[in-house]
Amino acid sequence: MTKIVNTPLTDDAINDLCAGDRVLLNGIIYTGRDAAHKRLVGMIQNGQELPMDIKGQIIYYVGPCPAKPGQVIGSAGPTTSGRMDAYADILMDSGLKGMIGKGLRSKKVVDSIIKNNGVYFAAIGGAGALLAEAIREAEVIAFHDLGPEAIYRLRVENFPVTVVIDNKGNDLYKIGREKYRIG
Amino acid sequence: MREIDVGIITKEIERLCIEANYYLPQDVKKALEDAVEKEESPLGKEIIIDILSNEEIARKKLMPICQDTGLAVVFLELGQDVRVVGGDLYEAINEGVRRGYINGYLRKSCVDDPFMERKNTGDNTPAIIHTTIVKGDKIKITLAPKGGGSENMSALAMLKPSDGVEGIKKFVLETVDKAGSNPCPPIIVGIGIGGTIEMTTLIAKKALLRTIGEYNPNPVVAKLEKELLEEINKLGIGSQGFGGRITALAVHIETFPAHIASMPVAINIQCHAARHKEAII
Repeated sequence: MTKIVNTPLTDDAINDLCAGDRVLLNGIIYTGRDAAHKRLVGMIQNGQELPMDIKGQIIYYVGPCPAKPGQVIGSAGPTTSGRMDAYADILMDSGLKGMIGKGLRSKKVVDSIIKNNGVYFAAIGGAGALLAEAIREAEVIAFHDLGPEAIYRLRVENFPVTVVIDNKGNDLYKIGREKYRIG
Repeated sequence: MREIDVGIITKEIERLCIEANYYLPQDVKKALEDAVEKEESPLGKEIIIDILSNEEIARKKLMPICQDTGLAVVFLELGQDVRVVGGDLYEAINEGVRRGYINGYLRKSCVDDPFMERKNTGDNTPAIIHTTIVKGDKIKITLAPKGGGSENMSALAMLKPSDGVEGIKKFVLETVDKAGSNPCPPIIVGIGIGGTIEMTTLIAKKALLRTIGEYNPNPVVAKLEKELLEEINKLGIGSQGFGGRITALAVHIETFPAHIASMPVAINIQCHAARHKEAII
């Protein structure tokens, strides 16, 4: 079933999400991938203020294509989440509630999702044009020098994702594979 | 000798970079359409339908299918009766990549060193160029943008000849199983068997360029391709790893003679955005 969820995420909204649910996200989300994560975590460890308030927020692991004239953003599908595993728990301990990416997460991240009442969504990898259609506003708010790896503030409308890991630690990648595996 | 000016090559490369990233090849599209029919998982079916919608949006709006517009891999088949004039051939190719990635609003995904500063080169150069000298007076260019997500799930094994075909199968299935959802399934699996380490990885990559539905001309190899596709699709990974029957759209194997002591096997994984575009000058 498809659920409509607004950001920032509330505990009630997260409690209602189960692995396998299709969700349409509405509101503000932030982008961040490898280089931005390294800097954000460095700032947390040095006691510096982050360029955005991440409490209740979602970080989307994406490095978009540049926008053509008249476009809000270029193609903007997810990148592989595993590369952010080294940083995700530190951000969640600082208030981050959700992540959007694609692919497997480490046990440490799953444990952090359970502990912090968070959620891991997947967007369709390789569907960057389709996903860009749901992004209504995009603005670089930090780390301009990183080019496609800069942090963007996005306003999304009915942005399609699937719940992969819910707050009980259920993992769609495991559940789905077990269901369809032969032999 | 037929003379070809490097300026023509730059223009063709620019066009190929843009078109390869905006338009999914017909065989891949057809394989995805067939996959919608075959997929038993309702969620898997929905995902493949979304992937096909994405192809249509990219084509109609002239935008990249995937934001990871890759490193520009260029296969150059240079006719031995061609004389390239007007400048440096590889500089001309890189200039084409530069123009294509800037003018086509493609993402620049190349960093100038792999483990120190990792500073973006800003124009997606340098291209990865593989040149073969062939008969004739033409130049064939194949431009294959390669994304990082699927490339990172690729693998190489220096198997023993005694490992045999069972050893090859085991390595392929383990590699695909371990990759799981990471390389954006449904995937295409390019496999190189034989040669030296650089040859086996090169033929694995070339295997990805083959049209889906075509098999290796050697019937023994073709049989292995079909068996491996069937086995991979029993893993249950499914589209995007959400579970399902369609994990791979195709398995393509290329082989090369090997050393008496060696049986190298390379697996190059390709996501469903299997982009490549050819031109002949």
